[in-house]
Amino acid sequence: MKPPRYLVSQLRRDWPLLVMVVPAALTLLVFHYVPTLGNVIAFQDYNPFEGDNPLEAFWNSEWVGFANFETLFEDSGFWDAVRNTLTITAFQLVFFFPLPIVLAILLSGVLSSKLRSFIQGVVYLPHFFSWVLVITFFTQMLGGAGLLAQELRRHGHEPWNLMSNPQAFIVLVTSETVWKDVGWGSIVFLAALSGIDPTLYEAAAADGAGRFRRLWHVTLPGLRPVIILLLILRLGDALSVGFEQYLLQREAVGRQAAEVLDTFVYFQAIVPQEWGVGAAAGLFKAVVGLILIVAANRLARVLGEQGVYAKS
Amino acid sequence: MSAESEAGITRKTSRAAWEEKPPLLLELAKGTFLALAVLAVLFPLWSITVTSLASRETINRVGGMIVLPRELDPSAYVTMFSGGQVARAVGVSLFVSVVGTAWSLSLTVLAAYGLSRPGSFAHRPLLFYFLLTFLIYPGLVPSYLVVTGLGLKDSLWALILPGGVSVFNLVVVRSFFMSIPSELYDSARIDGASEWRILFGIALPLSSAVVAVVGLFYAVGYWNSYFNSVLYIDDNDKWPIQRVLQSYILAGQAPKLSGAATGVPNLTSYPPTLAIKMAVVVVTIFPALLVYPFVQRNFSKGMLVGAVKG
Repeated sequence: MKPPRYLVSQLRRDWPLLVMVVPAALTLLVFHYVPTLGNVIAFQDYNPFEGDNPLEAFWNSEWVGFANFETLFEDSGFWDAVRNTLTITAFQLVFFFPLPIVLAILLSGVLSSKLRSFIQGVVYLPHFFSWVLVITFFTQMLGGAGLLAQELRRHGHEPWNLMSNPQAFIVLVTSETVWKDVGWGSIVFLAALSGIDPTLYEAAAADGAGRFRRLWHVTLPGLRPVIILLLILRLGDALSVGFEQYLLQREAVGRQAAEVLDTFVYFQAIVPQEWGVGAAAGLFKAVVGLILIVAANRLARVLGEQGVYAKS
Repeated sequence: MSAESEAGITRKTSRAAWEEKPPLLLELAKGTFLALAVLAVLFPLWSITVTSLASRETINRVGGMIVLPRELDPSAYVTMFSGGQVARAVGVSLFVSVVGTAWSLSLTVLAAYGLSRPGSFAHRPLLFYFLLTFLIYPGLVPSYLVVTGLGLKDSLWALILPGGVSVFNLVVVRSFFMSIPSELYDSARIDGASEWRILFGIALPLSSAVVAVVGLFYAVGYWNSYFNSVLYIDDNDKWPIQRVLQSYILAGQAPKLSGAATGVPNLTSYPPTLAIKMAVVVVTIFPALLVYPFVQRNFSKGMLVGAVKG
């Protein structure tokens, strides 16, 4: 069968565009889609020594159905990691999520544009630091040999080490996240704030609304679409709380507090080379994440919001 | 997003006539909050920098981190750069950042342009192919098996190729290309310009701000990357700087410095360990600080517009 004529002429016209797309498409194929398909080893007793390369090993490895998932779900360490992850997500939803909104509102109220861009320049900066750096900063300031402990010791107090206290770990990681990303997170809210029609404020003020009334009835409704959008994205990502941050501090506070789903996969699969179980945990996370984001999006639409995949 | 935010970020610079003057207490609370936010960033930066430049006597007297500097002693930096693991790691990280950024930026710009023409051949399925990566993603284990299966273990390419394309950046560049008036493209095409010519002659020059910002994001990403080296680089001669920083400061393993210095760490002529540690931190931050003013100048006009449009 011959392809329709318009397709042929389209192809003749557009082939340079296709050539341009190829390198990026190949990169995604090799490093994104092939590994995504490779998740099927979650249903195998994958053994890399069954062949000269992963593909051959995959071909020769034995299929075991859901055995890896059974192993995984019977492991109490896995559920501890899931619980830690969800606890941290919930905690940060309350103690991190609103802060960029507050910062954006405060920043938009700074009248001097020089002062404002100075503050913005400073608070955006930590976003460009790696997690290794952020944790080094915290260690040097708040750790056992850090500045705070050193000053406490000098004034005859008992020094305390915030960096290795499992009870305070959730506060510590949230503080680190706030320090690193609160400024950066405020950018999108600043953009949304500048999109609010200023005559709305004037009309509200003319009707006798004070500053808090205007905040409640004009500013927050103006930010609502962005807030909902970011909430959906965060919920869809509920099973990831960041990885390096936890990997780097797991040793200092112990795995009881710091093991999250991603570090669990690393320490229970990559390190001991338990490929099948690790792939099962990864697949579990990906599927739950997909369900969560689709559900959150559906919920947002039911509530009359736009959702993430709205066509523009 | 609304049309206003696309047109650029405009903010008020004076109080409107109808707006009441805020009460003093509120102003004070606001000022305190913002001042604390600024200090929380600048103070540790300051303390770490002056500690890296402190002499042994000062560090011993204070008992650790310095807040008020007495003198500027660059010996920690001299020791660090006179050879050894830190100097080599800086070289590795520079290589990965420069080569990686060039590679990623080329792939991103090309694909963004290739996908910027609705109605071109296979446009929608191709776009779907790229955007689907946001929804389904491989786990750690299969990715690790693919990269090692390709023989990239202990190769610096393992730090570059797997994260070669960020679809987010691609979408940003693409939406910028699409915002260029189509008359420009059409007139060039009528004059017989090829797609390559249009990309390099029209689209790229007009979007230099957004391309620069995306390039800097890639560069910072490569410079900051840590975990890929944990996964793929066992040979510590090939460790990037973040890995050395981690093993030196967080895990407390002293790096091998230049031959003359090792083995004599307690002599008074040798710079104090804490100063060297902090010097490694400063070196690790430095590139971010260097490119930062540039990013700040550009991203309001480049990044933000594209990102908000999504």
